[in-house]
Amino acid sequence: MNLSNLANLSVGLSTYLLVAAMLFCLGLYGIFAKRNMIAILMSMELMLNAVNINFVAFNRFLWNQKVDVHYILTGHVAALFVIIVAAAEVAVGLALVIAVYRNHKTTNVDELNWLKW
Amino acid sequence: MGTVVFFIFAILAIAAAWGVVTSKNIMHSALYLALSFSGVAVLYVLMNADYLAGVQLLVYTGGIAIMVVFAVMLTLRGDVRESNPENRVWGWGALISTLMFIVLAVVILTNADWRILPTAWDNVGSAADISLLLLTKFMVPFEAAAVLLTVALVGAVILAKGVKVSK
Repeated sequence: MNLSNLANLSVGLSTYLLVAAMLFCLGLYGIFAKRNMIAILMSMELMLNAVNINFVAFNRFLWNQKVDVHYILTGHVAALFVIIVAAAEVAVGLALVIAVYRNHKTTNVDELNWLKW
Repeated sequence: MGTVVFFIFAILAIAAAWGVVTSKNIMHSALYLALSFSGVAVLYVLMNADYLAGVQLLVYTGGIAIMVVFAVMLTLRGDVRESNPENRVWGWGALISTLMFIVLAVVILTNADWRILPTAWDNVGSAADISLLLLTKFMVPFEAAAVLLTVALVGAVILAKGVKVSK
C-alpha cells in the first residue's frame, strides 16, 4: 500500500466506502456480541444501511452517461428495494420477538436454546 | 464545504452506530439508531440521492426506529440500565469484526480504480428518473415488493397477536 496516496484522500468513492465498511463492521460486532434479540435486529439494520451507502456511492461515482442515460439510477433502485425488504424484515422480526417474549418471558438469545438436542 | 459537511455527518453516523452496539441501556441504543439513520440520510444528500434521503428519513428514522422503540418497551424486564448486555464471546466478535474491517479497508485503499473524485452537483432531482425506472424496467420487482410488504405486515400482525382457534 502506497501511503502517499492516503494523504491526498478527499471525499471520493473510497471515503464513502470506508464509512460504509466501518458501519458494517460495527453492525457485525453487534450481531456477534449482543444478548438481546432486539439489539441484534438493530445491528442488522446498521449493516443494511452500510450496504445501501455502497449501492448509492457506486452509482454516484461509477455511472457512465454514455452507456445509457435512462438507466443511470439503477443503484438507487437497488437501495430502494433493500429498504423495502428491510422494513418487511424488521416488522416480522419484531413480531417474532414479541411472540417469543409472550411465551418464554425473555429476549435473551442465550436462553433460547430449546431446539438444541 | 461539502467535505466539512461530509465529515461531520459521517462521524455522527459512525459514532451513533458505536453507541448502538456499546450502550448498556437498550433504549439509548434504539435512539442512537435513529441518529445513525439520520446521519446516513445526510450522506445520501451529498451523493445526489435526494429521493433516497427522504425515504431514509421516512422509513428508517420515522418507521423502523420507532417500531424498535415500541418493541423495546413491550419486552422490557428488570433494570433498564442493564438491559443490553454483551454475551460471553464478545471478545471474539470484536476480533472478527476488526479483522473484517482491516481487510475491507486494505481492499478499498489499495484499489486505484476506486480513487475517484466527485463530479459537480448536477442539480436535478432523482425522483423522476427513479419513478421512470420503477415503472418500466423494474416493474415486476416493484409489484413483487408491494405483495411482499402486504404479506409481511399481515404475517407480523398474526405473529404478534396470535391466532384464535375457532371451533
